[in-house]
Amino acid sequence: MTRDGDEGPSANRLELAGICKAYPGTIANDRVDLKVRPGEIHAVLGENGAGKSTLMKIIYGLVRPDAGEVAWNGTPVRIRSPRDAQALGIGMVMQHFSLFETLTAAQNISLALAGRPDIDSLSAQVAEVSARYGLPVNPTRLVHTMSVGERQRVEIVRCLLQSPRLIIMDEPTSVLSPPAVEQLFGTLRQLAAEGCSILYISHKLEEIRALCDTATVLRNGRVSGVCTPRDETPASLARLMIGAELPSFSRRVPAASARPLLSLEAISTRSDDPFGVSLADIDLTVHAGEIVGIAGVSGNGQKELMEVVSGERRLAARQAVRIDGVAAAHLGPRERRAMGLCFVPEERLGRGAVPSLPLSENALLTAGSGLVRHGLVQLGKVEAFARRCIADYKVKCGGTGAPASSLSGGNLQKFIVGRELLQKPKVFVVAQPTWGVDVGSAVFIRQAMLDLAESGAAVLVVSEELSELFEIADRIAVIAGGRLSPPRPTGETDATEIGLAMTGRPTATETAVHAMEMRLATRV
Amino acid sequence: MIDQLLSILVATLVAGTPLVYAALGELVVERSGVLNLGVEGMMLTGAIVAFAVVAATGNVWLGTGAAMLAGMALSLVFAVLAISLQANQVAIGLALAIFGTGLSAFLGQAYVGTALVAEPSALGGLVAGLPLVGPSLARLHPLVYLSWLLFAGVWYLCRRTRAGLVLQAVGEAPAAAFAIGYPVIAIRYAATLFGGAMAGVAGAYVSVVYAALWTEGITAGRGWIGLALVVFATWRPERVMLGAYLFGGVSMLQLFAQGQGVAVPTELMTALPYLATILVLVLISRDSTLIRLNVPASLGKPFRAET
Amino acid sequence: MRLVFERRAAPSRLMAWLSPVIAVGVTLVLMLALFALAGRDPLASLQAFMLTPLESTWGIGEWLLKSAPLILIAVGLAVGFRAGVWNIGAEGQLIVGIIFGGALALKFSASGSPLLLPAIILAGAAGGAFWAAIPALLRTRFNANEILVSLMLNYVAQLWLTYLVFGPWRDPAGFNAPQSEPLGQAALFPVVLEGSRLNASVFLALAALVLGWVFLNRSYAGFQLRVIGLAEGAARYAGFSVNRAVWISLLASGAAAGLAGVGEMSGPIGQIFPTMSPGYGFAAIIVAFLGRLSAVGIAFAGLLMGLLFLSGDAAQLEFGWPASITALFQGLMLFLVVAADVFITYRIRLLPRLPRSAP
Repeated sequence: MTRDGDEGPSANRLELAGICKAYPGTIANDRVDLKVRPGEIHAVLGENGAGKSTLMKIIYGLVRPDAGEVAWNGTPVRIRSPRDAQALGIGMVMQHFSLFETLTAAQNISLALAGRPDIDSLSAQVAEVSARYGLPVNPTRLVHTMSVGERQRVEIVRCLLQSPRLIIMDEPTSVLSPPAVEQLFGTLRQLAAEGCSILYISHKLEEIRALCDTATVLRNGRVSGVCTPRDETPASLARLMIGAELPSFSRRVPAASARPLLSLEAISTRSDDPFGVSLADIDLTVHAGEIVGIAGVSGNGQKELMEVVSGERRLAARQAVRIDGVAAAHLGPRERRAMGLCFVPEERLGRGAVPSLPLSENALLTAGSGLVRHGLVQLGKVEAFARRCIADYKVKCGGTGAPASSLSGGNLQKFIVGRELLQKPKVFVVAQPTWGVDVGSAVFIRQAMLDLAESGAAVLVVSEELSELFEIADRIAVIAGGRLSPPRPTGETDATEIGLAMTGRPTATETAVHAMEMRLATRV
Repeated sequence: MIDQLLSILVATLVAGTPLVYAALGELVVERSGVLNLGVEGMMLTGAIVAFAVVAATGNVWLGTGAAMLAGMALSLVFAVLAISLQANQVAIGLALAIFGTGLSAFLGQAYVGTALVAEPSALGGLVAGLPLVGPSLARLHPLVYLSWLLFAGVWYLCRRTRAGLVLQAVGEAPAAAFAIGYPVIAIRYAATLFGGAMAGVAGAYVSVVYAALWTEGITAGRGWIGLALVVFATWRPERVMLGAYLFGGVSMLQLFAQGQGVAVPTELMTALPYLATILVLVLISRDSTLIRLNVPASLGKPFRAET
Repeated sequence: MRLVFERRAAPSRLMAWLSPVIAVGVTLVLMLALFALAGRDPLASLQAFMLTPLESTWGIGEWLLKSAPLILIAVGLAVGFRAGVWNIGAEGQLIVGIIFGGALALKFSASGSPLLLPAIILAGAAGGAFWAAIPALLRTRFNANEILVSLMLNYVAQLWLTYLVFGPWRDPAGFNAPQSEPLGQAALFPVVLEGSRLNASVFLALAALVLGWVFLNRSYAGFQLRVIGLAEGAARYAGFSVNRAVWISLLASGAAAGLAGVGEMSGPIGQIFPTMSPGYGFAAIIVAFLGRLSAVGIAFAGLLMGLLFLSGDAAQLEFGWPASITALFQGLMLFLVVAADVFITYRIRLLPRLPRSAP
């Protein structure tokens, strides 16, 4: 595994010049230049939709640019497929969709390697890399039984076994708890010290200041600046990123109230889905006028908990969910909505909205009760509702006839949140309110939630972004392994404490597996 | 007594063989994440093409080869529409089933009622000399033996080879497979064409070996039963074999019952395989966890690489 | 230059209208080619098959008689197809409709009661719905695939009818032929177009069109089915029940197919034979797709497909071509329309090659 090669010291490991990529309706990359030196940790920073992902896919051969040049160690190259990229020495650790759930870690790793590595030598290599970089991996375990952090370790090990000289990390920390983030940073610094370049994609300013040597900032598909993050302040980086001051919003005075609008009591479920999480003994009360946040690494039971709260999953014990004191656990989403509980799911396309239907019909999706008479849809009212939602929530779109899939993430989220809030909910539940949303829209949505709570509604927010929860929540609970910690007032806790809780209390089997992995990792 | 048991066994093997071909072919297709509902259409087309070729040349192997090509040609049309153009796989599969049915009826018009004269197989002569089982085994067509070879091959592919692992990966998460450098589209094409070829062989077997007489709609829903078998087998080759011979046995029940003089309407006996298909589908599908753990996760969903 | 296949920013409304037209156009061209291959003057043949039959009242009557069951069944199927519920068993449901209606007709034909025909109609709808209820039950209760179950039941229904016609229902005065005795006048639909066989069952198709249009285009329930078909996650989130959609879809399409069955039995056939349908249940699948799963589209597609059946008959008489040529062109048309539909959401563009050559 030699990491220094034929390139001269002066050559950049990777150099992009004038990369352009347009999709119908949007320009993802507009004359983008990027230079990465050997052994450098180089951040690519930008808002959601700034064009970071497209640029990385171009480097990795997944997407072809419309124009522009790529040079590797000073030589012009054309990367037409991930195989080309791997052959050059480029590896990528993706944010989503890159492992096969029904296969073991070793099978996953073997699939990514060229040739036909035999299982024995592969296991030895895995063990060696695991030990060297502190990435414990159990090769015989099926991926679907692994936590998100373990999956990421498998991916990183898989990537390292290809002896890359450049690793692309796409938002790697969005799935990690704070201690795991520290561990990851250690690994990345070690790799860089050995001469491997790292392209680190993120929108988290603090992380980039802590880790990266250089940053290229993208805005609306263009490079808006190249800087040394350590010399910048979060505010100056944010200015480069969004082209304006970070918008601020008015923090309200928490309105103390003792009236519980949403209560969850002793909720335990068994997941029917073999890849799902079971909930254990969840208790939670959200009062009128307060915002309660649920923090946690995704895949720890958030999805299952939201299904119980929204009514997509009904429970036999009626009192397990109470809306304003009325038992509701046996009711479905429509009945609960009639009782005043509105819900915004984390997936916008395909769940919160039907991608191919126009906004007017997407308004009808959940706001049906007031827009239907004698079983027939009142088209005029539907149209008016959709128009009001677009106007009140500043949704940029091509009118009520525009299909949901044509909107940007931020605008669609504003539409969905608006649709729910126009129904005047008593209880508002929202999962990942600002995932994939631009900064402007995110601030708008957070402000809307604060205003709603101020008007006396109960708000429950599930989010992976700790900073978001600290900004808007009055109390924060943590979900880990299907269990929910008791909520703590935001003023009495901090990111370290919450982060520790996010790693969860390991179960007996997990401890055993972990011990085994450690033995494996240190065997060399 | 042994003779009778043996002949029941042989009859079961003979009746189960077309299902072995059709279902093993579709199993490979579905493992790659493609759902081709047009098996019945490809089988029927294979059946008439083989029948016509054998009627003209008298050579079963030429007929079988032609049927493979016919099945592949139809599956290629499916592949272009469903894989490259990402049309709805259910709709395209149905179209293929209807089209193949019409095409076989159209081409077969001239052959209705035509019978083929069976040629003695060389293999038959070879095994006929075996003690006890020889005479029964000699009645098995070489295509029956070849179906076992096919099973061995598919089983080995799925369980023991890297290609099988890649196939599973493509069927489960095509985007991930593409991202680590596998040509997802090409692999799906290959799997689909293989399924088409096997459906063609299944059809050839039905028309040339099993019936040796042309009637319209000669496969009588075996393509659909094959599709159900893949679900029943939870996408595992060894269970496909079990299921295929189970169905072979069920269709033999009819002859057996007639032989014993049981007074059941023949229509009811003929309906048994269809009713049994429904039954096994229900039995296997009610365990949703089992299905979820075994079904190729991307089954029926088109994949498109960004460009 | 290279060909690029890319998603449109928004679905093309033009293509949505054009795609069935293209499918029909290409089918016509292929038909002409087939005529030419057979050594006939293509245009004259086309006229002989497609237009000549429509020059007489009799011909118009036959055309509508063939179109009505197709439209009736297709409207029912469209309800389910919109929800992603694939009922492929319309042919069997049609047959069971005949079995239910036929049992009444054979038993009470002699009574001459004016209530007999309405009772037969109801029984036909009930029979079709009953047969479709089996896949609905097995899908909602056991998660069994409705495509395979409904398809298997086609064979079972056909065998059931065969058993009846060869056994208990065989006409004692029929010289042992497998057929029932002719139905009495009270069991038949009255003829509505003088000089043709067109009867009142055509109003069933008209009613289905109107009801179907309201249900698919204006009703909240129809909207819910559409959402379930387009994005099941969104439907669950909104609280629309998938099981309810399965039941509605299968019962509606089953009842429609059963009605079409009694329309044939108590209409042009007037008797019960082992084979009662020239494949209306399958052809209606194509009609539903060709009509874009909308009531108006299905009306046009049904009339077109009726004409195709009619010309198939003509081809049989004239060229001695098998009736299955109809099925051949039907399958082709379904292929073409599904393929053309791709271009509603995608388009093909020609792009210049990238400027740089490979390393």
